[in-house]
Amino acid sequence: MMVGTVAFTAPWLLLNLIALPILWLLLRAIPPAPIKRRFPGVALLLGLTDAAREADKTPWWLLLLRALAVAAAIVGFAGPVLNPDARIEGTGPLLIVVDGGWADARDWPRRMERAGALIDRAARAGRPVAVVRLTDAPGDIVFQNAEAWAGRLAALEPLAWAPGAMADWVNRLPADGFDSYWLTDGLDHPGREALQTALSAKGALTVFESPRPIYALRPAGFEGGAIALSAARLATPEAAEIEVIARGPDPSGIDRELARGKFSFAPGSADAQTSLDLPPELRNRINRLEILGQRTAGAVSLTDDSLKRRKIALIGAGADREGLQLLSATHYLQQALEPVADLIDGGLTDVLPANPDVIVLADVAKLTQTETDGLLDWLEKGGLLLRFAGPRLAASDISRDNEDPLLPVRLREGGRAVGGAMSWGEPKPLAPFPEGSPFHGLPVPADVTVSQQVLAQPDADLSKRTIAALVDGTPLVTRKAVGDGQVVLIHVTANAEWSTLPLSGLFVQMLERLAVSTRPATPDKDDLGGQVWVPQRVLDGYGAETNPGDVAGVQGADLATAMLAGPNAELPPGLYAGTERSVALNVIGTDTVISAAVWPVGTVIEGIEAQREQALKGGLLSAAMALLGLDVLAALWLSGRLGGIARGVARAAIVALALLIAPQGARAQAAPGDARAFEATRGVVLAHVLTGNAEIDSVAEAGLLGLGQRLWERTSIEPEAPMGVDIETDELAFYPFLYWPITAEQALPSTAAYTKLNAFMRGGGMILFDTRDGDLAGFSDAVTPEAQMLQLLAAGLDIPAIEPIPADHVLTRSFYLLQDFPGRHAGGDLWLEASAPDAEQVDGMPFRNLNDGVTPVIIGGADWASAWAVDENGVQMFPVGRGYAGEEQREIAYRFGINVMMHVLTGNYKSDQVHVPALLERLGE
Amino acid sequence: MISPASLVQKDLRARAESLGQSLPALLAEAEHLSATLMLGEHGRRRAGQGDEFWQYRPAHAGDSARSIDWRRSAKSDGHFVQTREWQAAQSVTLWVDPAQSMGFSGDKTRAPKQDRARLLALALAVLLLRGGERVGLAGGSAPKPGRAQLLELVAGLQAAQPDQDYCAPGVDGMIPHGRAVFLSDFLGQLDPLEAALAAASDRGVKGILLQVLDPAEEEFPFDGRTIFESMSGALRHETQSAGDLRSRYLDRLAARKDRLASLAGAMGWHYQCHHTGASAQAALLWAYAALEGGR
Repeated sequence: MMVGTVAFTAPWLLLNLIALPILWLLLRAIPPAPIKRRFPGVALLLGLTDAAREADKTPWWLLLLRALAVAAAIVGFAGPVLNPDARIEGTGPLLIVVDGGWADARDWPRRMERAGALIDRAARAGRPVAVVRLTDAPGDIVFQNAEAWAGRLAALEPLAWAPGAMADWVNRLPADGFDSYWLTDGLDHPGREALQTALSAKGALTVFESPRPIYALRPAGFEGGAIALSAARLATPEAAEIEVIARGPDPSGIDRELARGKFSFAPGSADAQTSLDLPPELRNRINRLEILGQRTAGAVSLTDDSLKRRKIALIGAGADREGLQLLSATHYLQQALEPVADLIDGGLTDVLPANPDVIVLADVAKLTQTETDGLLDWLEKGGLLLRFAGPRLAASDISRDNEDPLLPVRLREGGRAVGGAMSWGEPKPLAPFPEGSPFHGLPVPADVTVSQQVLAQPDADLSKRTIAALVDGTPLVTRKAVGDGQVVLIHVTANAEWSTLPLSGLFVQMLERLAVSTRPATPDKDDLGGQVWVPQRVLDGYGAETNPGDVAGVQGADLATAMLAGPNAELPPGLYAGTERSVALNVIGTDTVISAAVWPVGTVIEGIEAQREQALKGGLLSAAMALLGLDVLAALWLSGRLGGIARGVARAAIVALALLIAPQGARAQAAPGDARAFEATRGVVLAHVLTGNAEIDSVAEAGLLGLGQRLWERTSIEPEAPMGVDIETDELAFYPFLYWPITAEQALPSTAAYTKLNAFMRGGGMILFDTRDGDLAGFSDAVTPEAQMLQLLAAGLDIPAIEPIPADHVLTRSFYLLQDFPGRHAGGDLWLEASAPDAEQVDGMPFRNLNDGVTPVIIGGADWASAWAVDENGVQMFPVGRGYAGEEQREIAYRFGINVMMHVLTGNYKSDQVHVPALLERLGE
Repeated sequence: MISPASLVQKDLRARAESLGQSLPALLAEAEHLSATLMLGEHGRRRAGQGDEFWQYRPAHAGDSARSIDWRRSAKSDGHFVQTREWQAAQSVTLWVDPAQSMGFSGDKTRAPKQDRARLLALALAVLLLRGGERVGLAGGSAPKPGRAQLLELVAGLQAAQPDQDYCAPGVDGMIPHGRAVFLSDFLGQLDPLEAALAAASDRGVKGILLQVLDPAEEEFPFDGRTIFESMSGALRHETQSAGDLRSRYLDRLAARKDRLASLAGAMGWHYQCHHTGASAQAALLWAYAALEGGR
């Protein structure tokens, strides 16, 4: 039965409403009972009459209250439902089709809610259901019990690519008729029409479309020195403005927003352009561009090397040489590199300090010793030295007998010339590039020939170092590694004098493959072919980057296909790394156009936000209960019983209200940070820095717990439970002391965190850095990874000059008299702030007069936390040393911790000369 | 079949038993209260019967030889007689209203009026006995001195309650020219009280009226439809709206107090109203001063 937007599941119960008038009459006849009271003063009351004698009847408002309560209960039990789904239920199986591509990610929860509602209804009607995600590989469709699908629905996630093979699903549709609901993402995917026709043929098809706008970000390109960005949307009559942000690591390696731009879509246009003009240092760091507020993979564009512009120094032969421009040794290089790289001009000694990525030496033979040393240093650090041969190199005797460090091979005198006027033979073409060569896969044009070249001396290493050769096997390009960098020699000139190579497209491709230049546009099959590309990061449907784990690499040809056709299940969007370069495969390609799906006339299209049925039964029954509760209060009030319990009720109400409000109030007023602040300021709290390594963090916490217990037992310091501190987010001012275990893989603090840490140390706080490598540090000269990390970390910290702990430092006597400071490892050095240079020892005094300050850092590697650590039962967690000596070492470790805390909290109190006599006595002098 | 009355009797006896168990505490509390006051004998500032030395006077004719203080007389030629200060003990008769109405308490945390009245009576008795007075209960045996009398008083105060709602003091056992202390709520008929006061005045007895009321009787904190019953259930009054009666009840209560005060004033007695919600010590101090001042 329907009344307006409300329907009843049990309408006959409403007949009970007829009984209400009877109830009215009954209740009216029974007034509330009087209360009996014993009262000695009744003698004084005798004879007093009531001022206005009321009829012995129930007041009308009380009657109304009760009638309403009963009416609410009756209507409630009749099962009213708001916005009932009045659609005529079909019968037979029901197919729910979900696109499941990146465009669905923008309102995936609502889609799932809609699908859930459909499944619920099907469950009520007893219809079997199947749910299909079109981004999956086509499979058989099996109709199942609707309840079985309800649970599986939550596990469905949108995928990062567009549904590609819709037409393939047509053959998979069950033969029998069924109704279908299609939750479409609103985009026109290939094969959509075929599938739609097939579904319409099987039964009723209803389409759900979301009105939310879709935005897609195309890969970034270069235009006039700035990053050119382009975004696409479905053309709508409204104008729109969206923001795009560029993200990348900051100098300390933390991912953050680097730049922000704005797209303005004109009304009716589907495209918008913008550009980001950034300094090269910032631009080279960008690794991800995303449209703000769009959580889809299509709104994210990963950048690869194509955005990076390398600094290349071109060094030609001496300036004294006169010649035509086209004969200049560097002309072709300049032409090839100018659009894709930043070129640096100047002498070798001038460009080295600019730290270029690549230095090209075109036919330069002799280098001074200074230049050689500078180049070698630069190569060690990862530079790429690209050398071209030429008449000078051929004429010089460089690398003739001994291999020159700046040349990959030894050279034979004079080189050779083939196919010239004075020589036999034909100019030689190139052989196909061998496997393992960075050029492998590049097509070799037949018209590239070499007529003159320098020759390499046959050597044991020669074949290894050859990465390109002529058809007769003569090496054309050789390469060797120097430190982190490499030296590449092209055995011909950089101009067209000796070969036609610089005139061909291959020349540019080779430069690209060597990562000298970067690719200007979408790489094609030739660029990528012949190499294996391994995914480094992949995008999920929401555009979040995840680590793909160990997966097999993909062939360059496949990757090139996906670059044009878009990613798929085998090639998810993400960043793929080859030997020298990385390539980003994005959901949206340069030429991708997104167009709206057009449904044939007659298709039922609904918004995705359907009004859900809402059962009113619970609400009405609660209202009835509330009214009855009010009735109790009213009856009490009428009979005068309320007065006595009013106070109690008021008190209870206040408590109940407080209980109701308190959690929200607490949430509203006291943010989690505040709660943390309260906890941290309840007493002295020992804190440790969270490293992100769960095991080390738990050991640090257990260690501070153990130290805290010793402090409770032995001293007047009574610390609260230790806390872990995230230096990025937590306030540090509450803690006097931070224990910081160093792990090799922990993230570097941000600038803001460094500011906080420095303020913490300046404000009298102390950080105990523990590299936990005391077992290794003493034995080898090698620096452990933890120590390296500590150096990195400490670079941003305002740490004063430090020295190994002097024997008279106050730490040796702030509570216990100590001379060494073992943790789990013994015998390591302990470094802390250097004492004042003018501190001098007075005769007869065992200590220097050092009455100043608390050292802001203590640095050591003894792994104290492990020595201190106790579990929840107070039992030591880790063994220290062996036997009794080990326990003694642990005791000393505890004493060290106590001394540190005493030093932190009392400063240099024990350094005061007042204590000297007592200390002398203790020392037995 | 057991009659309801016998049930009440039984109940009363059981309660008396349990009350008797609280006797030491009650005594202690009374002593604690009395210890806060300075005490002295009722010296008459003139020579007479007594233990304390007053003065020497020359012996007259008629003084027996036994009465001559020979030690004093030996210091001089004349004969001296040692006179002593006249010390006379007073007889105080206590009456604590035993009626049902005294069993009322307006709040669970407050003791009934009866407890307060008994406590005050016993505390006064402790004070008086320590002062050498004779103390007795109205309607009981004659007043006697000594601390042993205290136990008898306690026993008398714990005696079974009558069934009446309100009681009036009797004058039996009052010593002429003695003192009397009436502790009651004085909520019943005033005629028997007037009669008792008149009879006491005839015998030259003066004393104090201490009205003990519960704060609930003073405030009348009731509302709504109520049937008021006296403690025994004998009197009933029904009202639709108890709150409306409040002002008129309070008027009547004030009139009652005025009447009691004027009655006491006319007879040379003292009247005071005490609430169980207030400190017992204040009432005790007032009673002490009133008893001393009335002499």
